[in-house]
Amino acid sequence: MVENRPFVTWISHIVLIIGVLIIAFPIWMTFVAATHDQATMLRPPVPIWPGRHLFENIQTVLTSGYNRPGAVPLYVTLTNSMVMALGVAIGKIFISILAAFAIVYFRFPLRQTCFWAIFVTLMLPVEVRIVPTYGVVASLGMLDSYSGLIIPLIASATATFLFRQFFLSVPDELAEAARVDGASPMRFFWDILLPMSRTSIAALFVIQFIYGWNQYLWPLLITTKTSFYTVVMTVSRQASVVDTVPDWNLLMAMAMLAMLPPVLVVVFMQRQFVRGLVETEK
Amino acid sequence: MEKRVIFHDRWLPYLLVAPQMVITLVFFFWPSGQMVWQSVLLEDAFGGNSKFVWFDNFVHLFSDSSYYASARITLVFSFLVASIGLAVSLLLAVMADRVIRGAEAYRTFLVWPYAVAPAVAGVLWGFLFSPSVGVVVWLLRGIGIDFNYVIDGNQALLLIVLASVWNQVSYNFLFFLAGLQSIPKSLIEAAAIDGAGPGRRFWDIMFPLLSPTGFFLLVVNIIYAFFGTFGVVASLTQGGPAKATEILVWKVYNDGFRGQDLGGSSAQSVVLMLVVILLTVVQFRFIERRVHY
Repeated sequence: MVENRPFVTWISHIVLIIGVLIIAFPIWMTFVAATHDQATMLRPPVPIWPGRHLFENIQTVLTSGYNRPGAVPLYVTLTNSMVMALGVAIGKIFISILAAFAIVYFRFPLRQTCFWAIFVTLMLPVEVRIVPTYGVVASLGMLDSYSGLIIPLIASATATFLFRQFFLSVPDELAEAARVDGASPMRFFWDILLPMSRTSIAALFVIQFIYGWNQYLWPLLITTKTSFYTVVMTVSRQASVVDTVPDWNLLMAMAMLAMLPPVLVVVFMQRQFVRGLVETEK
Repeated sequence: MEKRVIFHDRWLPYLLVAPQMVITLVFFFWPSGQMVWQSVLLEDAFGGNSKFVWFDNFVHLFSDSSYYASARITLVFSFLVASIGLAVSLLLAVMADRVIRGAEAYRTFLVWPYAVAPAVAGVLWGFLFSPSVGVVVWLLRGIGIDFNYVIDGNQALLLIVLASVWNQVSYNFLFFLAGLQSIPKSLIEAAAIDGAGPGRRFWDIMFPLLSPTGFFLLVVNIIYAFFGTFGVVASLTQGGPAKATEILVWKVYNDGFRGQDLGGSSAQSVVLMLVVILLTVVQFRFIERRVHY
């Protein structure tokens, strides 16, 4: 701060506190709703302080799911979401770090073609080409499978660009030294490049984990068996059933569990998260 | 930019790019090609017969008043999401940049919403604004406003704007904060010595220097409002009531999957594709310029 103006500083704090309160309010209300029983949640006005039924509600949704026919226990959908999020994050990092290595450290015919082919995937988010992509996955027999949930989502340009950018900033002397010492390209990759990319990998992992976990439309379309449902689509699907009064306590307990893993990742890996966010957009 | 030192191997590079290329070809180029192809076909809903109809699907699309209605809603929606989202997050970022004490804590509390899926964000806001038990609806009723997004189209649009802005604020905030922190302190100090107050310093120094970040965020927010908000709409309004919140990306899904109109849905996808390409090109042109800034 360049000067001392206590009044302006006070205003700043007040604005920030109001901002934080508004931002946190929906999350607080979700938590509160998850701690009451059903009868309380049907009588307006709903309470704004927590009640005593939190563990009961969580236990109900985890073991038997939402109180409706065809409900799936939430531990199943949470496991599926975890598999999908980890699969998307690890898969993306794996294929893009290899591709970036090839594009930066080799000269081969079709190199520019590969680069542009990867580049144009930026142009078309999965929501836009959803109908034909569904058709392709269906004709490959990948509906209702983890590979169908994960593989179509891991083709993306951002991760490849991030690694390409990073490799270009690695001093040439390292590759030169490795070559003089007779190291093979893969040896150089494993022993020098990969350890150096650790922070980029961590940053990317955080972003892609959240991306994979928060997918909604894709799992909604390609899963018909309840054993492959993910948690985000389950919550949303239960919420948008028309003409029924939702059991808000159970629904909000589900929503809370659905957002807990990515929120924990963001809060506890905040440094990597901010880095990943800023770098993938370069 | 190219590497000076490279490795030589005949097959290894192909092996290395193969996984990414195979996945890109199968799950990107194949469906995208099909999409373009389908947009010039007329197919009956049960598969089987399809007929090449040139640009009939597009002609049909552009003579369809419901398509224009949907486009208009999308424009209003994206304008509101981008402008409110950018204004709120810029305000918060400027304030967070000012304070020394507690800046980390504020940031921790403000980055949460990014981690919440749009579909779940929709559920949370649906609860706050639930016509029967929503706490905000109850408060509004106290001051004489009747809020029921299930039957009122404008209120439904307002609600999906609020939920989308809430979901995107952390992203904008982090970028604005990073932009503010990269402004050299010497500039601010020099202005302060010359007698410029905080407001003057903001408008004459910080705001112009932030404009690259702001422009970048504008494009990102428009793309987000066009496509990323699908989950919000699906959880809250499903395009209703009476199509008042039917944004274009929801219409693609609705016509393609529920209406089984593959040709029409593909034609819409192709139009959206052109929009994304345009936005991406604008963004890249601009980023290139920023490098030489």
